[in-house]
Amino acid sequence: MARTLTVSELETTSFYDPHEHEHAAGGSTMLGFWIYLMSDCLIFAVMFAMYGVLGTSYAGGPTPKDVFDLPLVAVNTAMLLFSSITYGFAMLEAQRKRVSTTLLWLGITGLFGAAFVGIELYEFAHMIHEGAGPQRSAFLSSFFALVGTHGLHVTCGIIWLVTLMVQVARRGIEPANHRRLACLSLFWHFLDVIWIGVFTFVYLLSTLR
Amino acid sequence: MRTATSANVTLHDASHGHEHGHGGTQIPHATMRDYLIGFGLSVVLTAIPFWLVMGGVLPSKAATGFVIMGFAVAQIVVHMIYFLHMNAKSDEGWTMVALVFTLILVVITLAGSLWVMHHLNVNMMPGHLAPDIP
Repeated sequence: MARTLTVSELETTSFYDPHEHEHAAGGSTMLGFWIYLMSDCLIFAVMFAMYGVLGTSYAGGPTPKDVFDLPLVAVNTAMLLFSSITYGFAMLEAQRKRVSTTLLWLGITGLFGAAFVGIELYEFAHMIHEGAGPQRSAFLSSFFALVGTHGLHVTCGIIWLVTLMVQVARRGIEPANHRRLACLSLFWHFLDVIWIGVFTFVYLLSTLR
Repeated sequence: MRTATSANVTLHDASHGHEHGHGGTQIPHATMRDYLIGFGLSVVLTAIPFWLVMGGVLPSKAATGFVIMGFAVAQIVVHMIYFLHMNAKSDEGWTMVALVFTLILVVITLAGSLWVMHHLNVNMMPGHLAPDIP
């Protein structure tokens, strides 16, 4: 190490090794996906701020007490919470590389997710039918924008879940598919975290007013 | 050169070895215990706020509001730890840095919007300014 390099050695020596720090494919995927979720969190923060500002502007129309059906919201919350624990079971099975039980739990998660979106669509349809659509007041515009954005995320999550079920059924739980399942796990649990904010700040606090 | 390089690689592997479980990806290791604790706590932390509001248990609405906001924050922390497997060490702390940075932005966005818009509502209502204008 202490000897000096000759000129010819210097010319042929590369001062970086292109093969050094060779990371396996997807080595930074989880961090990258986490940063995506954080940016998504900012979208929801803006939506919550909008609801906070406009949530009391009823324009002489219906108030939260008139339009929110808390027992229905409680059922919806339970659907999302059940889907979180069943996704957890799917991840545990994926860890053990058991394809069929992973698919089973993913399917159950998808059904709970679909039930959540279905109940939400029923709630929206019922409100619009009663004349409490998004165009009625600023309160209702911001409500439909915030809760609708969350519902759209869950819908995208279900599409992603079905896609992954096909992938896992065809190719098993190899590293790439396991990584994808872990990303969807983050996404799914993240949506549940957002829902905590929705049922607390939108449904419960508004009904209190 | 070569010895130095291999030494670097060894150091690098040593510092990462425990986390790179699945071919280089950092998938957190989940346990049944974590999910069940998280689920149990979530059920309790969800049921109590609904019960407080639907049953009108507390006499004061303001107190109910603060209590259910406290439950929401607690449940978000529970989800972060038991479902999202957050800790200060994953990805060498970068997930935590991203989370803290996001939380700062969220607080600025929410508090700033509510504060500014509240004062606009209070101070700039029609009729409020008109008498002062000569």
